[in-house]
Amino acid sequence: MSAALDQTAPPERSRLYWSLADCWNIVRRGLTHYQRQPVNIAWQLGFPILSVLLYGYVFGSAMKVPGGGDYQDFLMPGMFVMTMAFGFINTATLVVYDSTKGVIDRFRSMPMASSAVVAGRGVTDLIAACAELAIMMLTAVAMGWRPDGGAGFLAAFGLLLWLRFALIWIGVWLGLLVPNPEAAGGLFAIAFPLTMISSIYVAPQLMPDWLGFVAAWNPISSTAAATRELFGTPVGSGDSWVEQHALLMAGLWPLILTAVFLPLAVRRFQKLSR
Amino acid sequence: MRGFDGTLDGDGDGYAVRAEGLVKRYGDKRALDGFDLAVREGTVHGLLGPNGAGKTTAVRILSTLVRLDEGHATVAGLDVARRPRDVRARIGLTGQYAAVDEVLTGRQNLEMFGRLFHLGGKWAKLRAGELLERFDLVDAADKGVGDYSGGMRRRLDLAASMILAPAVLFLDEPTTGLDPRSRGEVWESVRALVADGTTVLLTTQYLEEADRLASRVTVIDQGRAIADDTPDGLKNTVGGDRIEVVVAERSDIAQVVKVVARVAEGEPEADEAESRVHAPVTDRVAALTEVARTLRDEGVAVEDIGLRRPSLDDVFLRLTGHRTDVTETKKTTKKATKKTKKTEKTEEAAA
Repeated sequence: MSAALDQTAPPERSRLYWSLADCWNIVRRGLTHYQRQPVNIAWQLGFPILSVLLYGYVFGSAMKVPGGGDYQDFLMPGMFVMTMAFGFINTATLVVYDSTKGVIDRFRSMPMASSAVVAGRGVTDLIAACAELAIMMLTAVAMGWRPDGGAGFLAAFGLLLWLRFALIWIGVWLGLLVPNPEAAGGLFAIAFPLTMISSIYVAPQLMPDWLGFVAAWNPISSTAAATRELFGTPVGSGDSWVEQHALLMAGLWPLILTAVFLPLAVRRFQKLSR
Repeated sequence: MRGFDGTLDGDGDGYAVRAEGLVKRYGDKRALDGFDLAVREGTVHGLLGPNGAGKTTAVRILSTLVRLDEGHATVAGLDVARRPRDVRARIGLTGQYAAVDEVLTGRQNLEMFGRLFHLGGKWAKLRAGELLERFDLVDAADKGVGDYSGGMRRRLDLAASMILAPAVLFLDEPTTGLDPRSRGEVWESVRALVADGTTVLLTTQYLEEADRLASRVTVIDQGRAIADDTPDGLKNTVGGDRIEVVVAERSDIAQVVKVVARVAEGEPEADEAESRVHAPVTDRVAALTEVARTLRDEGVAVEDIGLRRPSLDDVFLRLTGHRTDVTETKKTTKKATKKTKKTEKTEEAAA
């Protein structure tokens, strides 16, 4: 009746093999989405490019960097961090879409590794993040931004992805928590102030004391400050402890976020079978 | 067309699904409260009940999506609690919403699911082609599913459930929200699957659907099976055929009751408000002829006279004391999508 099923049993492979294979197939699905909806890529990449252009040209001349220095050197790493930070909304939207449409249930009713559903989402989002960062950096260079190349550059790139990695788990957790895709769109309302109160656009020293304190301790501020350093343009860094230890904290914050939200996301996923 | 080894596992007792005393609690609510079920191999078994009765919970437990709190269930001879992965290799599931990827094409969907069923790329491709043909989706194969009609999506969903030619297929309200034509298409597909030997457990709140497709029906209410029989058997529990007379003048009711009583098996019932008299009969045609002739001879003006087979609706009303209220349910897709996620919690609340 079915030529395709007339083969004998599927090849015996280890669990790990299938976990990786399943994960890769979920990634393929995500990438095919981009291929089938090029508009989405344009939209996803358009926003960061627009931000770089807007903030760079509109605010560029009006913004001050404490201790002197070029605002562009201050802004560009901040823009990269912003894009990584907003990424969790993407993750959450895609997860909530799959869960409300019953796609996650279908995956869970199949003999595949259930970890692949979440892991595949994460890997896809990291691949998308690499593309976003590359395009933004090219735009920044076109506008005259000149980072140091070499190991520092790669380390900065890595730190940005490390932040995005941590935010995947917040995205998955929220995606399984919110009731529908519309609600996921509302996450912008939370994300926007959370990214504003940081050292992305403005140095915390220039803010009122209490706000500057909060901004300095914002996890994404550490990534912004650390990448400024690694790009060879360490402008506008404050002298509080957390700002002085930006590199350390840029490594630690995502670790902490992952330690908190990875288990939450996994628990939420397991809760689906309750 | 069965699992990879072509046979059902287990003790070969002739049952594809067996459930004994299933209990599932949500908070202090019992979605299932000692639910029993036995589905014979190669049949369509209907699981009929109103919203919130526990149908979806039962299917989610049997398809390993949800853990059971108490009881014991086997699917294709395998314990769902102990060997969920092995069960998953032998079942197909089509839930209330077409769980397919709307961005991908129909073909890409089936190939993706095929690879995730571990068919391997080459076989997944081949199988996708077979299924597209079988479910009459060849022309739309390379279009995005977002452009599919409701019926086509449903068929694609069914095709995805059939990738491994599963021994048992769970269909959870497969035609909810479909127009009559699409519903017919889905019924057609289900019949074809069963002809190939797949066992189907079908939940529905459309009595007509259970009547048409299922050879046996379990009626579920408040988390328990309250009846299990063939559709005809269930109808017989309500009583057989009834004769029904509607008179033009209410004053004639007493006279009609007398006439009907002569041919009836039991006491005729009179419904004053609807000017209707009805009673169970055995020899249906003789009774009808007799009553019609007598009433004409006696000069009683009759609006309508006829025989009525009890519908499953009547069965339902008799068994549960309430109707299967379809209108009250799933008015909005929003409410409905939430339900998929939170299983029957919302369903309970709506009921």
